Amino acid sequence: MSSPGFFLLGTTHQRAPLAVREKLALDDEASAGLQTELATIAGLRELTILNTCNRIEFYGVADTPDIIARLEAVYCARQCFSAEEFASFRLSLAGRDAIQHLFEVATGLDSQMLGETEIFGQVKAAYATAQTRQSTGPVLNRVFQKTFQAAKYVRTQTAITVGQVSIANVAVDLAHNIFGDLKATRILLLGAGDIGEKTAKAFQSRGAASLTVASRSFERAMELATAFGASAMPFDQREVRLAEFDVVVGSTAAPETVVSVEAVASALRKRPARPLFFIDLALPRDIEAGVADLENAFLYNLDDLAKIAESHRVARLAEVERARAMLTEKSAALWQQVSAQGAPQAPPLAAGKPAVSPA
Amino acid sequence: MLAAFNDRQWLWLSAGFYFAGFLLGTWSLVRRGRPSGVLVYALIAVGYGLQLVGLGLRGKAVGGCPLGNTFELFQFTAWSAISLYLVIGVAFRSSVLGYFTASLAASLTFLSLAIPAWDSGRRLRLFGHNPWIELHAALALFSYGVFALLALTSLMLLLRHFSLKSKNLGGLFSFLPSMVDLDQIGLRLLSTGVVLLAASLAVGANYWLRDPASASIGKLIITVAVWLAASMALILRLRGRLLAKRFAWTGLLLFAAALLSLWPIDSSRQALTVPSAPATVPARP
Repeated sequence: MSSPGFFLLGTTHQRAPLAVREKLALDDEASAGLQTELATIAGLRELTILNTCNRIEFYGVADTPDIIARLEAVYCARQCFSAEEFASFRLSLAGRDAIQHLFEVATGLDSQMLGETEIFGQVKAAYATAQTRQSTGPVLNRVFQKTFQAAKYVRTQTAITVGQVSIANVAVDLAHNIFGDLKATRILLLGAGDIGEKTAKAFQSRGAASLTVASRSFERAMELATAFGASAMPFDQREVRLAEFDVVVGSTAAPETVVSVEAVASALRKRPARPLFFIDLALPRDIEAGVADLENAFLYNLDDLAKIAESHRVARLAEVERARAMLTEKSAALWQQVSAQGAPQAPPLAAGKPAVSPA
Repeated sequence: MLAAFNDRQWLWLSAGFYFAGFLLGTWSLVRRGRPSGVLVYALIAVGYGLQLVGLGLRGKAVGGCPLGNTFELFQFTAWSAISLYLVIGVAFRSSVLGYFTASLAASLTFLSLAIPAWDSGRRLRLFGHNPWIELHAALALFSYGVFALLALTSLMLLLRHFSLKSKNLGGLFSFLPSMVDLDQIGLRLLSTGVVLLAASLAVGANYWLRDPASASIGKLIITVAVWLAASMALILRLRGRLLAKRFAWTGLLLFAAALLSLWPIDSSRQALTVPSAPATVPARP
């Protein structure tokens, strides 16, 4: 029995710069169109397209190696991208190496932000789309199911996903440590700095109850509030209304502090049962340093958050080899099983299966 | 073999399971960097079952609730705290609380078993034939168990506060529940403790009014003082005068006061009764 021609073709953030990835990226429509086109290639039996901002990868099963070259040619032509140039960014793997790569991708070992978990969902979505398009078969089904199991196993057995590694997510995790569930947590964003916006977005995506924006320019505050689906507040009310909020994100470009110790002490007296959390992302700082000395107030500045993020990154790095060893063991076992199945059983995509489901 | 066990042997076995929970939790923290939630909970649950058998045997032998000496008071307090933990632990989903509870239960049970003098004698028919007095004592002790759990959540809150202030969030700190959650559970535990102790005092007072010689003034003062202190803490907390960190310290002090009050309460009861034959209940190994 011959081994099935399981392959991976594509490029990732490690090989191609952002400008190239932009040109190679596929939106949903383009992806569906490409798949329809690829279905005309005889000998291409199974196919899944994983397309994220950091990678475009084709996982498939081909009868012969030249099928992969044809896939590459069709893809490059469709993207109006030089095939010669693509070759310099190309990642092409087969067999066990391709499985190992998919395992590492799904676990977050190959991500720009080591150990991030979003990629797991993206791999799942790519597989689900391929199933909807009826472009998976016995090999891809087995490989992807085992990939999800392996990724979950490594994530629970190692600390590869423990702790947040971005400033915004570290800030949200800290808020969790103070307030628990964020569903009742109200956020005040002071200023319109980029990192402040990202942090506010992270709070929103993690279910914060409300977001209010106050900027020295009310128009800018309105603009941001509209973009976030939040409300705007005049900047001069920030201290008077401090007690209404649980988390204050400081991100202004003000030359002096904009929240005083007295204002915070007064706000705490109005809400003794609930703490106040200040995230000062501004330079120069927005929140008076003395706020940290108040009993029920917690103040973290940019350096504090960066230090925590870095410690998490280092902790994740320390787990990479252990995680990789686990995955290597599992990919070897899977490849043995897949090889034992023999030649691909699925009919070629071109032979009757619609590349895109009628639904 | 188990059928031949006497009450103290069952209680030793129970203490062993609590201690195993503590050891497993420590090992898991040190080696895996996280507490072992389900296994520690299971060990505590087994320990609780064994303790129930031990206390049941003792209660059967003495014909009532086993609250006749310091050993029994410590055992009953630990049992009460575990009873609550087994309910709260599931809802709270905090593996650290399980670890702390196992530590406290192991400490209380081993300490009571390790000091033979605490179990060298006990009063027979401690409550006469009056089930109300038995209920009064059981409620009071159960409230002390609630204060024990309050002390644990208070300790966790202080650790969480320290970790957030010192910006040290790794290791054990990363598994602690949030400040607000700990504060809320503390508030509920304190309310429960105050209500249970108030009910106990109400039952006891009803009996005492009819027979003032049945309880010493010292015991009355100490019990009422513990209840007053707990009630005051509750009122101050509800009025926003006792902030999270100070509230946590108060929780710890309340449990310490409750634990310390057991000796004078027990002594005052013994002083009022005719000394009984020592360890009439089961033979100790």
